[in-house]
Amino acid sequence: MAPPVSTPKSASPSQPSGKSEVTDLKLQLRHLAGSRAPGADDAKRDLFKRVISCMTVGIDVSPAFSEMVMCSATSDVVLKKMCYLYVGNYARCNPDLALLTINFLQKDCHDQDPTIRGLALRSLCSLRVQNLVEYLVAPLAAGLKDHSSYVRTVAAIGVLKLYHISATMCHDSDFPAALKALMLSDPDAQVVANCLYSLLEIWTQDAANSDEAAREIEALYGKSIIYYLLNRIKDFSEWAQCLVLDLVSKYIPSDNNEIFDMMNLLEDRLQHANGAVVLATIKVFLHLTMSMTDVHQQVYERIKAPLLTLVGAGSPEQSYAVLCHLHLLVMRAPMLFSSDYKHFYCQFSDPSYVKKLKLEMLTAIANESNTYEIVTELCEYAGNVDVPIAQESIRAVGKIALQQYDVNAIVDRLLQFLEMEKDYVTAETLVLVKDLLRKYPQWSHDCIAVVGNISSNSIQEPKAKAALIWMLGEYSQDMMDAPYVLESLVENWEEEHSPEVRLHLLTAVMKCFFKRAPETQKALGAALAAGLADNNQDVHDRALFYYRLLQYDVAVAERVVNPPKQAVSVFADTQSSEIKDRIFDEFNSLSVVYQKPSYLFTDKEHRGPFEFSEDLSNLAIGGDSGDDVIHSAQRYEENDKDLLLSTSDKEENGGPTHNGSSTYSAPSDVNSSTSLVSSSTTQPAAFAIDDLLGLGVLDTPVLPPPPALSLNAKPVLDPGTFQKKWGQLTVSSSQESTLSIQGVASLTAPQSLIKHMQNNSIQCIASGGQPPNYKFFFFAQKEGSSSFFLVECIVNTASAKAQIKIKADDASASDAFASLFQSALSNFGSS
Amino acid sequence: MISQFFVLSQRGDNIVFRDYRGEVAKGSAEIFFRKVKFWKEDEAEEAPPVFNVDGVNYIHVKVAGLFFVATSRVNMPPSLVLELLQRIARVTKDYLGVLNEDSIRKNFVLVYELLDEVIDFGYPQTTSTEVLKSYVFNEPIVVDAGRLPPLGPAAIFMQGTKRMPGTAVTKSVVATEPGGKKREEIFVDIIEKISVTFSSSGYILTSEIDGTIQMKSYLTGNPEIRLALNEDLSIGRNGSSLYDYRSSSGSGTVILDDCNFHESVHLESFDVDRTLSLIPPDGEFAVMNYRMTQEFKPPFRVTALIEEAGSSRAEVILKIRADFSPNVTANTITVQMPVPSYTMRASFELEAGATGQTTDFKEGSRRLEWNLKKIVGGAEHTLRAKLTFSQEIHGNIAKEAGPVNMNFTIPMYNASKLQVRYLQIAKKSKTYNPYRWVRYVTQANSYVARL
Repeated sequence: MAPPVSTPKSASPSQPSGKSEVTDLKLQLRHLAGSRAPGADDAKRDLFKRVISCMTVGIDVSPAFSEMVMCSATSDVVLKKMCYLYVGNYARCNPDLALLTINFLQKDCHDQDPTIRGLALRSLCSLRVQNLVEYLVAPLAAGLKDHSSYVRTVAAIGVLKLYHISATMCHDSDFPAALKALMLSDPDAQVVANCLYSLLEIWTQDAANSDEAAREIEALYGKSIIYYLLNRIKDFSEWAQCLVLDLVSKYIPSDNNEIFDMMNLLEDRLQHANGAVVLATIKVFLHLTMSMTDVHQQVYERIKAPLLTLVGAGSPEQSYAVLCHLHLLVMRAPMLFSSDYKHFYCQFSDPSYVKKLKLEMLTAIANESNTYEIVTELCEYAGNVDVPIAQESIRAVGKIALQQYDVNAIVDRLLQFLEMEKDYVTAETLVLVKDLLRKYPQWSHDCIAVVGNISSNSIQEPKAKAALIWMLGEYSQDMMDAPYVLESLVENWEEEHSPEVRLHLLTAVMKCFFKRAPETQKALGAALAAGLADNNQDVHDRALFYYRLLQYDVAVAERVVNPPKQAVSVFADTQSSEIKDRIFDEFNSLSVVYQKPSYLFTDKEHRGPFEFSEDLSNLAIGGDSGDDVIHSAQRYEENDKDLLLSTSDKEENGGPTHNGSSTYSAPSDVNSSTSLVSSSTTQPAAFAIDDLLGLGVLDTPVLPPPPALSLNAKPVLDPGTFQKKWGQLTVSSSQESTLSIQGVASLTAPQSLIKHMQNNSIQCIASGGQPPNYKFFFFAQKEGSSSFFLVECIVNTASAKAQIKIKADDASASDAFASLFQSALSNFGSS
Repeated sequence: MISQFFVLSQRGDNIVFRDYRGEVAKGSAEIFFRKVKFWKEDEAEEAPPVFNVDGVNYIHVKVAGLFFVATSRVNMPPSLVLELLQRIARVTKDYLGVLNEDSIRKNFVLVYELLDEVIDFGYPQTTSTEVLKSYVFNEPIVVDAGRLPPLGPAAIFMQGTKRMPGTAVTKSVVATEPGGKKREEIFVDIIEKISVTFSSSGYILTSEIDGTIQMKSYLTGNPEIRLALNEDLSIGRNGSSLYDYRSSSGSGTVILDDCNFHESVHLESFDVDRTLSLIPPDGEFAVMNYRMTQEFKPPFRVTALIEEAGSSRAEVILKIRADFSPNVTANTITVQMPVPSYTMRASFELEAGATGQTTDFKEGSRRLEWNLKKIVGGAEHTLRAKLTFSQEIHGNIAKEAGPVNMNFTIPMYNASKLQVRYLQIAKKSKTYNPYRWVRYVTQANSYVARL
């Protein structure tokens, strides 16, 4: 080991030399501790700097704790500060030694200089040592009453620190009440803001067990406090303004005049240079006008310009955050942005995560008037050097084609892509052409003519190959050499590594056989033989299934494998509207960036007051490590939608790495024959497939509804199954109900309603929120049956209204259940 | 609320690490750095500024090659955290004069002092350089700016114009100068980033200007300042007007789509005579940000041509013409053009007597690069390149090359014609006459010509 090196003063102090440094530092500190010699403070400063720099890079300098404390008796503020920083960092692991520091910190809390008082108080509260809390109370109480506003700001946050060390001590000293009084009276805006930060955190955490805290929180969102804060909004720092605006966004105004007054008051906040203030204001505007369609739309028009300005100003990171919000708004109301499409063109300097967002926006806002320009622009990107972006662009063109009625031009463009002869372009395009044909079978002649020229040898990408093979099977009557191409593909069975492609090949050969039997017979035989010998279970099973079907009856086989198809009218959306709504509720938060509601990425104890859905969330988080902007969260939604989606759509959901063989596992064989159902028959089809999957979701789908519905008193449903069902089922009944006045009065905490519903054999699986908004998830089970009813119930106590969404395994009994639920709800409070 | 804040070097070393709430494990800096470094190895994608690993949100900005990172366990407004990080970087720069790894390392105790006051228990307190002065006691150790590449858009003034004292923009706002007396001066920079896309036929497809009026004040006593802009400036297009439309007098009018202002700006007289009045806080800040999509004359015309010259050869001709006054000179110009992926070699031919120009064929990224030290207004420059391919050409070669992208900086030029008519400082005494610098600069944000 190297001998201790005493670094010369000129050397960079944050480059510590090694571990022996600590011993050396201890020694030198001890030497200086009692020294009152001139220049001692300078020497101490240098030593302290070295200690702090060790701390920064992660070297444990806690062994020097007592020496540091000994050196801390000084009047030099810079030294004091370094010492405070050190003590704050290590007190937790050295609770006994931390006691040593109490003395000088308490003394400093009485210093003449308010800066010293504030510093000492802040450090005292930051010790985070359980058995020292008693020493905190007196200085904190004094700090809250200090005549210096600096000390009061420190004390206001200090109370919160105390609360985190010992909540009981904090309450016993009546600090929350003191903070509340200070919040309502202090002339200094930062003191008010800090009180508000602390109170929100304290009461939110208490609200779970205390009705009183819940009431206090409710009061914070009440008219008097909101108006008090709004009236002095310009006194607050820009950061505190964000806090106030967030509070305001949760306020429920009593009438429209109030809404307009507030919006007029906050109008100039939209012109603030700080994007955080602008977004917080926008959230207020959006939420205030939710129920006023016209004004809401005007708000969209109004906020467009400031948002676009923010995207252009500031660092790329800041513009990204703003762009994510713009993306959310564009996706919600694409038609309002249709004339702004040029703003979403990709710029050369944009990073790829920005380009992806822009491509999605361009796709969404394409309509009759701008499609030509947008598609022209997208086609430029297809030749881009950035391959992933080129692929995304081609996908975007395809999606626009699927949205539009006039696809003429777009189909031409897509076919031009095939002529570019770039492998990845061809691959992407093939997948799209396949989807297009599923929606617009009338284009088959034009497409097939071009696709027919593509050599299957030149395509490596499994998805693209699968798409080509699907077209060969589907349109084998129009493609002269289809049987022969398929035959050659079958001959190379061994070289085909992707099971996905082999599965498609089996199906395509079957389809081809029904149309052109003599030419295909040989290939079919070879394919079935190869399939039966295949190592992959799915491929093997499918081959066996086909083989037996053919053995049983060729006509039946044809009906199963190649039934007449209806064009797909609408491809399923990738995200459920509930998820989207929830993200919109959480406007101006990380949810918008991640494109998923907060309960899917935050731990339970860190959720805010308006987030809910307790156990449901854990299950969905699963293996998601957060590295994908796209979410495992929607997996359950996807599960059923996959069955209706094409590969490319699926890819959208699962991220670029998600092109594994699972997409084409056994059930999707059925998919290829039943997926082309029109949207009207979607639901039963999904059920049938569920059953095939052996999920057992479905019990007796066509039972006639019993005259009176009786519920199982003690049903059992675990949250995982609940979540899964919730994702899979569609809403069978959606209603609004009114609560009785007594009901509203009794609903001070979610528990009361939960108990009441339990008495009606309706169980709560998750609940959350706080006044005036509560959210519940209930379930119930039909007596003597395995079919469940799932309910989402949002109660607003201010308006005494409840929004009810019911999903049922057995949709036919849903109405009976709905009335049962409603009557139980309206009885609430009267019993 | 923010759990931790840290500054990492490009190599991932902790330069500053502050834990505010003790709820995120200590290894977070390492987790962050690994994630950013290996975001998607195969696709060379950049990590987004915001991501989540195991319930911890990592939010970062890159400033001066350093990562400024905040972690949080709660669902926070991302723009709030990003703005705050950016502001911390700016305040640090105000204090240290220069922001880079070296200056932070030398002054890390001061940075800790700042961080203590800027954030308490994860809640932002104040980011005003002025307010912070009374709580920060360390004297900044000034780092020699000359050795290190300066940062920020204003840095470019140091290269071109001789009128400006080189150290001005890198001077600490708080440090006392050797003479004991501070030089009274104020800088107003009009910085415009322009984005233009030319179609293959030279027609302008899109154009936009994102501008900032940036101020850095070294004035003592915070005198009031009046900043007068073009009288005929109008704001608001597409019906989203903030102010009344005034009849725009002819084509000379500057029409901004939208703008926003710093808190300290009073807009009372803005509606009347387009004058901004403000009491500038210490340090650097944006007085106003604006955006313009009104058509403007692009400073450069770019034409690019690629033609087959035999079965496996092609010729490229790049031409740029500076469409601005000969009194103005653009500097550090880079022209890049992606070429077909099967290009093996490129040989260049500069025009006769060309000076200060270099060319390069980047094999890895398959692009031609042409660097020009400066271009005087009105001048035209041409580059010819012969490409040799490893295979025969098939299809349309123009589809496999391009688009041409250009980077440049033009000092004392602004594309929008937005002007500061005058900069008035409220006089404290008759002899009080501080230096005022009003500077213009235009930079390329995305300047693209398609083939």
